[in-house]
Amino acid sequence: MLRQTPVFILQNKNRYSIIVPTYNERLNIALLVFLVFKHIPDVDFEIIIVDDGSPDGTQDIVKQLQQVYGDDRILLRARPKKLGLGTAYIHGLKHASGNFVVIMDADLSHHPKYLPHFIKKQVETGADIVTGTRYVTGGGVHGWTLMRKLTSRGANVLAHTLLWPGVSDLTGSFRLYKKSALEDIISSCVSKGYVFQMEMIVRASRKGYHIEEVPITFVDRVYGSSKLGGSEIVEYLKGLVYLLFTT
Amino acid sequence: MKHIAKIMAFFMAVTAVWISLLQTAMISQSHTWLLPLYFIVSLGCYGLLMVGVGLMQFPTCPQEAVLLQQDVIEAKQFLKHNGVDVGTD
Repeated sequence: MLRQTPVFILQNKNRYSIIVPTYNERLNIALLVFLVFKHIPDVDFEIIIVDDGSPDGTQDIVKQLQQVYGDDRILLRARPKKLGLGTAYIHGLKHASGNFVVIMDADLSHHPKYLPHFIKKQVETGADIVTGTRYVTGGGVHGWTLMRKLTSRGANVLAHTLLWPGVSDLTGSFRLYKKSALEDIISSCVSKGYVFQMEMIVRASRKGYHIEEVPITFVDRVYGSSKLGGSEIVEYLKGLVYLLFTT
Repeated sequence: MKHIAKIMAFFMAVTAVWISLLQTAMISQSHTWLLPLYFIVSLGCYGLLMVGVGLMQFPTCPQEAVLLQQDVIEAKQFLKHNGVDVGTD
């Protein structure tokens, strides 16, 4: 079968650093790397795996992957223990040689088949940031209970009413950034967890960065561990109030 | 300007309009006093409506789970063939 490489890839002189924080993702990281190479074979990229000392041997698998794909394409930049998502990105950024940075989750809820869509959108619009959204036509979610959808929708409406963020998916973490933009924004963010993702995109919006969205599908395979108890809701509300007053 | 400042400015403007309505009595006083209540109730209804509509239109993608399973099988085959340990989960 003759595969036509699209123009936005053929003429693309950019280098993309894909930062993937991992903790106990021994199998998923191998699957992810395979899928990335499958979907953007003609793109200049590197995958930076920031592993927080996984006890399940994730780092051994990464070394095996380096044997297959090359240690110039797969970088292991580990840390001794779980130190948080924000600092994982900062750590990965230090080793990123690309002029663009992609952040994505290791558990395959973010599918690498959307990487060409992100790249194409950025090339076409010149955007500083392209963020994946699950909440528009063409996007979607699988594996969420009705309760989970309800809280997600409620949280979204509340955040939009209070913050006017300019994007449809505030807590999503599948994004493409110009490296300079990411470095600028991340230095002013202090939150943790998914509030961190919200803070990143709201601060970017306030600073006037050009943000575009692409629809993505999100398959939640970690059934039951979508933790949304009372404390998560409180953390979310505190995060909203914090963003309301500081952005 | 911080976002909260924009919101406060908006509320000040609305409050100023409300007070001037009270003083000039263009609308009957009893109605004017109830306007803030109407506003809050409307806002609440609007919010509930957006949540309900959003919930009904929530995009789902069950076919993606199937496609993902196929991808996983293909990936495992390739990786096993190339010496990467995909045996344990």
